[in-house]
Amino acid sequence: MKAKANKAHEPFVRLVKRKEMKVWQSILLRAGAFLLSLLICGIVSSLITRKGMGYFFTTLVDGVFGTKRRIWNLFHETALLLIVAVAVTPAFKMRFWNIGAEGQVLIGGLCCATCMFYLGGKMNIYALIPIMLVSSMVGGAIWAVIPAIFKAKWNTNETLFTLMMNYIAACLTGFMITTWAPRGSGVVYFEKGNLPKVGNEFLLKIIVVAALTVIMWAYLKFSKHGYELTVVGESERTAKYIGINVKKVIIRTLILCGIICGIAGFLLVSGTNQSIHKTDTVAGRGFTAILVSWLAHFNPLYMTVTSLLVIFIDQGTGQIATLQGLGNSYSDIMTGIFFFIIIASEFFINYKVVFKFSVLKKAKKFAETVPPAPEIETEVKEKEEVEE
Amino acid sequence: MKMKKVLVIVLALILAIGCIACFTACNNEEEAQEAAKITFAPVAKENIKLGLICLHDENSTYDKNFIDAATEACTKYGITKIVKTGIAESDQCYQTACDLVDQGCNIIFADSFGHEQYILKAAKEYPSVRFAHATGTMAHTELQANFYNAFASIYEGRYLAGVAAGMKMNEMIAAGKFTADQAKMGYVGAYTYAEVISGLTSFYLGAKSVCPTVTMDVKFTGSWYDQTAEGEAATALINGGCKLISQHADSMGAPNACEVKKVPNVTYNISTKAACGESYLIGSRINWAPYFEYLFDCTINGVTAVDFDWVGTLATGSVEILEINDAVAAAGTADKIAEVKAKLMSGEIKVFDTANFKISGKDVTTYLADVDTDAAFTPDTQVILKGVFEESLYRSAPYFDATIDGITFLNTAF
Repeated sequence: MKAKANKAHEPFVRLVKRKEMKVWQSILLRAGAFLLSLLICGIVSSLITRKGMGYFFTTLVDGVFGTKRRIWNLFHETALLLIVAVAVTPAFKMRFWNIGAEGQVLIGGLCCATCMFYLGGKMNIYALIPIMLVSSMVGGAIWAVIPAIFKAKWNTNETLFTLMMNYIAACLTGFMITTWAPRGSGVVYFEKGNLPKVGNEFLLKIIVVAALTVIMWAYLKFSKHGYELTVVGESERTAKYIGINVKKVIIRTLILCGIICGIAGFLLVSGTNQSIHKTDTVAGRGFTAILVSWLAHFNPLYMTVTSLLVIFIDQGTGQIATLQGLGNSYSDIMTGIFFFIIIASEFFINYKVVFKFSVLKKAKKFAETVPPAPEIETEVKEKEEVEE
Repeated sequence: MKMKKVLVIVLALILAIGCIACFTACNNEEEAQEAAKITFAPVAKENIKLGLICLHDENSTYDKNFIDAATEACTKYGITKIVKTGIAESDQCYQTACDLVDQGCNIIFADSFGHEQYILKAAKEYPSVRFAHATGTMAHTELQANFYNAFASIYEGRYLAGVAAGMKMNEMIAAGKFTADQAKMGYVGAYTYAEVISGLTSFYLGAKSVCPTVTMDVKFTGSWYDQTAEGEAATALINGGCKLISQHADSMGAPNACEVKKVPNVTYNISTKAACGESYLIGSRINWAPYFEYLFDCTINGVTAVDFDWVGTLATGSVEILEINDAVAAAGTADKIAEVKAKLMSGEIKVFDTANFKISGKDVTTYLADVDTDAAFTPDTQVILKGVFEESLYRSAPYFDATIDGITFLNTAF
């Protein structure tokens, strides 16, 4: 009779937090999710293009690995996304929601551009490059530390603050471009002060980003700072209790974020584009990087994989869009599907779905083997507790 | 402090890499000089592949105009093409151009002004491939034999559209909707850039040629494609007393705003008659198909000396007037346009005849324009010859950048 009473309370489906999943299980699940996302992208594409799945996959692979330049581009674009992801990571690990990487990178780039505009060609390039780099770092750091100070001193909402700073950065860049090219069409190009090539145009940047990624990984894993910011992220009260100066940690971490964003801006302006533009210079990397960092569980080494996958999907589907004349939005939709499935997989790694019938079945089975009814109630109760 | 240590390491590492880079990269400079002696051999039609680089996709009227023209020309010649859309004015443009070369394209065409530097860089790297760039300004000074600029005397098209606009203004005055001294038009521009100013001035001069009291207010948006900003600018102009709107920006923002307010609209690049039947009056367009055909002919015949500054005209079919919407246009518009068009082609009418405009109340007898591109926008060339401002004579891209009397810029921050 008790079982009947339970029936009324039992929801059709509910979520139960999983205990720690085995590493190989989670890897398998994520790989499965990636393949599933490709499969869904393939199905959607087949419906749009009216070509088979084979066409989707061969074009996808051709778009990414088809030529030597495309392979270099894959790693180059990955590096440019990865450096921004590395930059936002310490803040996110500290649960400081820094949505402002886009602006911090842009300001870094703007500082670099300012040096190139006023000093380019007037001084030795070897002296100019360090000046550009340092000013980019300072610029990025200033842009990141302003919201950090407000957060530390007056506990302002950092999400809104950093987001707002993005728009200020874009407007400031637009203003500077108009100042430099009063009768131009919205882009400034710099002839002088560009980062020299090493091997080819991509290698230097890839090396720099790889080095920064490893350093950031070590910083978060082994340094006292890394430990402190993790504690602040887990619980501010615990941090205070064990004598961590929370305000100092927040400000210090955001300066670090800003510096790396500044370097990213430097690489984009001086090393890649040789120009600056309100939106096309950073091109949304500041936002994509947040997802990249998040999906990698804030581990810089995993981020190499997540950023590589994002660029893989983007470039591969870009090739399909070109050959089939599908327009700009197609790649965005495919990347959206990819993110959706991957995030969903994260959800299933953390939670398990329990259906009503399976619970009742279990309960029934339990009731058959162990006669006393009250025990059923406790079992269900336990589950509810876990759910909370 | 550990923080400092980490910082120092990071800095030192980057500087070290940077320095190594600097010293190893010194000998790259010389390669670029090789490109000076470029010759092209004839290429069979079936071996030609066109690569088209577009800033936006078909949703932008500007880019759609290029894609349509390329499709038309390619179909006519039976030439294959690859269209790359959404290519930013950044390194992405250079990478895309190189990728198109890798895919076997032997003509690469980019459609946006900001693409120029990246296309030029690719042209220097691949001397056996022809690179053409619309609206660009650097070919005649760079003299890179496989890099060409092209544009059209669209100011003539704008002038003709302006004539239709002036006639519409006259009709509204005659109908008693407003008096002759209230005859004001509005114009939505992207940037205070010569191409835009040349276009809006020729449009105004066209209208003034039939409606002498007309004036014009101009609002700039600071973007080539911003649906919201263009719509808002058009609405603000209408609310400010403008009786007719035209635009030089690429979205449907201004046409839609005009349709809502039932204000006549003169378009650029595409006819909006289907979507905005109650406001669309007329429009002008650059037809790029003749230029693509010219490039194909040059490639097939192995012409090395391709025009550095190709200017399409009414005669080449590059400057077109779009359909006239009889529901909006004044009576007799088509006949008048045909008449003025004939006079433009015969040279009887010159759009920028200095007899027709003044600057700050004074007659214009000399004008130095910024023809050769430099960072400081230095005026360098006398462009008034025998009383006419000779637009697109010294280079294909427009260089008329003066503000003439009768036109008011409401904002110039862009």
